[in-house]
Amino acid sequence: MDSPSGMLALPGRTFLRFLVYLGQLTALMGELMIAVRSGVWRLRLVAEQIVAIGYGSQAVVIVTGAFTGAVFTFQSYAKFKDFGFETTVGAVVSVALCRELGPVLAGLMVAGRVGAAMAADIGTMKVTEQVDALRVMGVHPVDYLVLPRFLAMMISMPFLVAESISFGLIASYLVTSFGYDMPSAWYLTHMLDHTNMEDLSIGMIKGFVFGMLITLISCHQGLAAENGAVGVGLGTTRAVVISSLVLLIVNFFLSILLNYVFPIGSA
Amino acid sequence: MALLTSASTNPPAAPNGNAEVFIELRGLHKRFGSQEILCGIDLKLYHGETLCIIGPSGEGKTVTMKHIIGLIRPDSGDVFVAGMHVNRLREREMAPIRQKVSMLFQGAALFDRMTVEENVAFPLWESGVRDRKEIKQRVLEALEAVDLAEHLDKYPTSLSGGMRKRTGIARAIICRSECILYDEPNSGLDPIGSDIIDQMVLRMQRRFGVTSIIVTHDMRSIFKIANRVAMLYRGKIHFLGTPDELRASPDPIVQNFINGRSDVTG
Repeated sequence: MDSPSGMLALPGRTFLRFLVYLGQLTALMGELMIAVRSGVWRLRLVAEQIVAIGYGSQAVVIVTGAFTGAVFTFQSYAKFKDFGFETTVGAVVSVALCRELGPVLAGLMVAGRVGAAMAADIGTMKVTEQVDALRVMGVHPVDYLVLPRFLAMMISMPFLVAESISFGLIASYLVTSFGYDMPSAWYLTHMLDHTNMEDLSIGMIKGFVFGMLITLISCHQGLAAENGAVGVGLGTTRAVVISSLVLLIVNFFLSILLNYVFPIGSA
Repeated sequence: MALLTSASTNPPAAPNGNAEVFIELRGLHKRFGSQEILCGIDLKLYHGETLCIIGPSGEGKTVTMKHIIGLIRPDSGDVFVAGMHVNRLREREMAPIRQKVSMLFQGAALFDRMTVEENVAFPLWESGVRDRKEIKQRVLEALEAVDLAEHLDKYPTSLSGGMRKRTGIARAIICRSECILYDEPNSGLDPIGSDIIDQMVLRMQRRFGVTSIIVTHDMRSIFKIANRVAMLYRGKIHFLGTPDELRASPDPIVQNFINGRSDVTG
């Protein structure tokens, strides 16, 4: 049997590795802030990334939002009908989409699509010495590779979240109107009465924060890639897994914080 | 063509003791995991000199080179380039060194998303040159020096290994740095391509006084272009001298290596 010190070694090592990882992310964030302050933003690269991240992720985000809104409406309508509350479905789905489902599901989909691409792209550059080539030419890799992606993500994510929410609501409306023959006025009135700017703001703020986290985590995995194709594959997997988990955990605490700032039904 | 004009094939004389030191390595130690790669490297490189580094694979030739340009930091020891203490500088403070020293990577390290022209123009653009006409002219000049002027619009994936390497060389020389580090510039090249590179190194030295460090296994190239040769063996400089001294060395390790006998690692 392991000695007590041996039994503590594994969690101890894991905790130390976690601290090292946090330190590396903090250092990357620090370099990113220096890059932001330098004022050299390479707007052409930012624009290219907006196309790749924002424009390229629309289909994924729209389909996710629409079918989430549709299925949520489909499931909740039946239960709400038992209590005679079916007209409130619009309000419930709308608030849920704005505050939680829209940003979280869009974030998870973007983490899978964009986070993986970032880690693979930068990781391949790292293992083929392209990142070193940048350094040799006096270009800091964070300035050239991370900052444009970071800015593009901060601009794109709120729009992607807004799209996800919008198509979720459209799908929900279609399900109630055509699936259950509920008068559209009932749906729209309840939805508009119970959804306010604060709900939308929460969704946008979350999208913004998730975008920063996904970029930071994915670019870090890319820059830390080693050992050729195997290392790039590992970094890509880690980028998606860590981004998704961090996003869900941060979402919980962000929800608590934002509920203090924008309480439900405060309007 | 500015970079490719007449030059003889005789290597320039080795610098005398009064020449100005451009690069100095003092007691360089580097370990990766449990493996000690460099065990105390001391080396001086003089302005305008061409030094070839030879030695068996895995002896730290590329690692030594990467220390000079600050891509790797030593565990102990010091690196000085043009009087600047490289290993005391932070990454963002390296710009003055990287304006003076450029490097050709072993695999060329071209940017996949850029054409040959964009790859070669990249260091110029990043160093602040914005005149597109000037950039185009200098790109053409650099590509002509490596016989690639007709491949401006190709992407690295459509180039052969040798062409990629020559594009990398064009990118390394375009900023007219004071010093160029070449990591195996001749590998993957046919004999004529290899000779083009050798001639170019000689002309860069003669015409612009460029200091060069070349990691190579090509003995013919060494005797053509080197002022001095350093042989790394077991993490130390085992031999340092002129190509003639290398050829005449009675050391069996040196002789085995330059004659390609496998006892060298024994």
